[in-house]
Amino acid sequence: MQTSEERQRHPWLQRLRLDGPLLCGLIALAVISAITVYSASGQDWAMTERQLIRIAIAFAVMMGVAHIPLTTVQRFSLPIFTAGIVLLLGVLLVGESSKGAQRWLNLGVITIQPSELMKLAVPMAIAWFISQQPLPARKRRLAAAFVLLLIPTLMIAKQPDLGTALLIASSGIFVVFLAGISWRLIALFVLTASSFVPILWTFLMRDYQRQRVLTFLDPERDPLGAGYQIIQSKIAIGSGGIEGKGWLQGTQSQLEFLPERHTDFIFSVYSEEFGLLGVILLLALYGFVVVRGMQIAMRAQRVYQKLLAGSLTLTFFIYVLVNIGMVSGLLPVVGVPLPLISYGGTSMVTLMAGFGLLMAIATNKRLVMHS
Amino acid sequence: MKKRRAPIRDHHAETALFARRSIVAILLVIVVLGGLLFNMYHLQVQQHQQYQTRSNDNRIKVMPLAPNRGLIFDRRGRLLAENRPVLSLEIIPERVPDLQDTLMRLTALLGLDEQQLAQFEDNRRRERRFDQISVLDRLTEQQAARFAVRQHEFPGVSIEARLIRHYPYGEAITHALGYVAKINRNDLQRLRANQQHANYAATRTIGKLGIERYYEEQLHGSVGYQQIEVDIRGRAVRTLATQPPLPGQDLTLELDIELQQFIYQLLGDMRGSIILIDPRDGAIRAMVSKPSFDPNWFVQGISTEQYQGLLNSRHSPLLNRSTQGGYPPASTIKPHLAVLALEQGVITPQTKIWDPGWFQITGVNHRYRDWLSWGHGWVDVDTAIVESCDTFYYDIALKMGIDTISEHMAKYGFGELTGIDIHEESAAVMPTRGWKRARFNQPWYAGETVSIGIGQSYWTSTPIQLAVATATLVNRGKRPVPRLLRSITDGDVELNAVVEEKPAVTIKNQSNWDVAIRAMNRVVSSAKGTAYRPFRGASYSSGGKTGTAQVRSIAQGETYNADEIEEQYRDNAMYIGYAPALNPEIVIMIAVENAGGGGSIAAPLARQILDYYFTLEAAHANL
Repeated sequence: MQTSEERQRHPWLQRLRLDGPLLCGLIALAVISAITVYSASGQDWAMTERQLIRIAIAFAVMMGVAHIPLTTVQRFSLPIFTAGIVLLLGVLLVGESSKGAQRWLNLGVITIQPSELMKLAVPMAIAWFISQQPLPARKRRLAAAFVLLLIPTLMIAKQPDLGTALLIASSGIFVVFLAGISWRLIALFVLTASSFVPILWTFLMRDYQRQRVLTFLDPERDPLGAGYQIIQSKIAIGSGGIEGKGWLQGTQSQLEFLPERHTDFIFSVYSEEFGLLGVILLLALYGFVVVRGMQIAMRAQRVYQKLLAGSLTLTFFIYVLVNIGMVSGLLPVVGVPLPLISYGGTSMVTLMAGFGLLMAIATNKRLVMHS
Repeated sequence: MKKRRAPIRDHHAETALFARRSIVAILLVIVVLGGLLFNMYHLQVQQHQQYQTRSNDNRIKVMPLAPNRGLIFDRRGRLLAENRPVLSLEIIPERVPDLQDTLMRLTALLGLDEQQLAQFEDNRRRERRFDQISVLDRLTEQQAARFAVRQHEFPGVSIEARLIRHYPYGEAITHALGYVAKINRNDLQRLRANQQHANYAATRTIGKLGIERYYEEQLHGSVGYQQIEVDIRGRAVRTLATQPPLPGQDLTLELDIELQQFIYQLLGDMRGSIILIDPRDGAIRAMVSKPSFDPNWFVQGISTEQYQGLLNSRHSPLLNRSTQGGYPPASTIKPHLAVLALEQGVITPQTKIWDPGWFQITGVNHRYRDWLSWGHGWVDVDTAIVESCDTFYYDIALKMGIDTISEHMAKYGFGELTGIDIHEESAAVMPTRGWKRARFNQPWYAGETVSIGIGQSYWTSTPIQLAVATATLVNRGKRPVPRLLRSITDGDVELNAVVEEKPAVTIKNQSNWDVAIRAMNRVVSSAKGTAYRPFRGASYSSGGKTGTAQVRSIAQGETYNADEIEEQYRDNAMYIGYAPALNPEIVIMIAVENAGGGGSIAAPLARQILDYYFTLEAAHANL
């Protein structure tokens, strides 16, 4: 009943294959992004314009993806994943490095970042793999899914891009979690993961990553060096107070005491200028998007769609958690942008493509019901 | 079986399982969001104050603003110390990429000379890397223009508008006025000890001598502050608040710069000290010490060679002879000793002794010679002052003894600081038995008391002490504290300096003052007086006493011949005087080193100076 009512109320949304509430949440975030980037760029209109163009492109990508039939998506899950693995291999062998990490692959015409592709390919592939059998998934299939997950995660961690590796690993883990892995196994995995930490520290992490972790544990250890970012970020956030210093009035950001203020540390700028009230609004908005995403997942008819929608939604939340945790000193500094807010195009396009899939899943059900 | 076939899906069970897991996930998300929010609450509310402070520390720099130093005027409102605006070329070494190269290019552009470069090097070593150090204190307009065009080629170098202390009258008044110079390490330590260093945060110079040093606190003023917002590169973005500095107070001195300059010129190549003081309140009208030096050298930073030159000069130009020079008072203290002898009953105004031209202690085969080798004949106390008879004083000194003389002469201020308002003062020596024991570990000899009678032996006094002692005598005991300061101007309010007195010299028989004063009047007015000829025809009445101090003792049987002995061993010419004779308004004290006799050298100087003094007074009274 409700569904048909909604459909009647918003026939054009259905035709565009868009979910109204989710779209509202995303548009609100995009508006906040534009406003904050303008301030964080030091009131650089050219940068803000570029960000607005990116937002427009990202929304276009989202709407495009929303129109791809889900059966096609499901069918191509494994091939896309396989192609991604090949590209990652290419990066490790002949990739171009920037800032001490190899992430880019030059294909002659365009340079691409295969790890971005994997952010979608991994949940798609794992969801496809698990959904081949009814839920709850069996242990053997779960084990195979983990192996499937571990390959791209380790390849990306090796680049090294810890942030993306973390996001990709969690996208897979969420599929497994939602597929009903037993709590006993979850406990076992937590133990295994914690025993993996020393291996990670010794063999997989580079010097600058270890440095980041040490600095995270005690930023004041190196206040002018590695700890500088996090100290300045906390000063920005803390000095914002309840009401904030006002838009364009944040001294930490406007006077450039805050490094990477328009990218990874944009949340500090936002908190400084809009205060705790602004933070509550932003977190509520993120919470709303996540809850709506989970609602879409629960309403989806097919297991593949449920798992994919749930994984994409929860991974989006991991972005939020890691970024805010990082800039407020709860988590070590890993290069994860604040989703849909930070200046920069690549991650925004990937995220919005993911939301395009969610939109497709949200509207697909009704198509099925009424066709 | 089931396994082989395509698994049968239980749609409801799957949906229920997924929903349960989703709810768990949503709850986890809410818990985590709550955790993030709580952390934000902790940072933005609970620790807000702390981060607010740190944020302000980041962006707000407090720049101290130097107060303008108070001006100094003479008693007729002429400017003795002023602040001149100058353009100064300054370097912050920390901000200069290559200092040697920068200096080379600056030399080429502005024509710096060796000495300026050496001076900069000196200053640079003293200051910290991030301090601004001046290269050229006074840029000409041409230099400033030439640099301004090329400024972008010289990071860390800038032209600053500054006020620099300037003393227009130069060396004529140095020892009284003093000077300011760069604050050095000792000054800093003293300022810190007095909790004054915050007030000097923007100040570069401090009073080092004379009035500038003594009244530093009044002249300096209070530091102001400017809060400026800076970005991460330290560039000023805007001014947030300004608390203007409180300028120092202006001082007016009792000195008359015209008189001071006249005396300084008059002394020519002679060395010595001349002081004019108002006996009624201790106001110093002139205080000259020669040789002197230009105080402006020190303001700009004196070069090592210049300073060594001053320090090692045989004639000690750095010494303030007026307050630090120890001269034997010689015959100038004869009036004081006469009053004492009368008071002690050693003599009466009628007592006469026979002066054969020498004095001998009974039983000792040593003749103390009178300056008049054939003797003054029968001499009473009046003649002894008018003609400056030495034998008379040999006699009464011996009769009174060193203890009595020391005790009572100390009451005139001999052997102690006068309390003049500059710090450069020494107490000189009024010898006692105890002093000699402590100094030489020797007993006091009667022969030394005889020499004390004519102000010689170990007795030394500073010219300012002699001026005060003379004022005390003509005041009939009232002893003023000499004072350069007339008033302090604080905004619109003019505060007069406090007129101080030391305990008066009291005597039982007041007419004993008159005996001495009458005799001093006759030094000038009597044809036999030692200062009669210089003062003949003066338009004002006056009194005085000459003195001729031996710098080197003359051996028995030897005669003093100025032309035959080296200049530095020639006599010091002394004169104390006052005018008018009745109710004197001015006391003059002259000590000229190695110049000759008090009557022939010092008294004529006194006449010229007093003439000039009264001309000036009359001229200004008519205005």
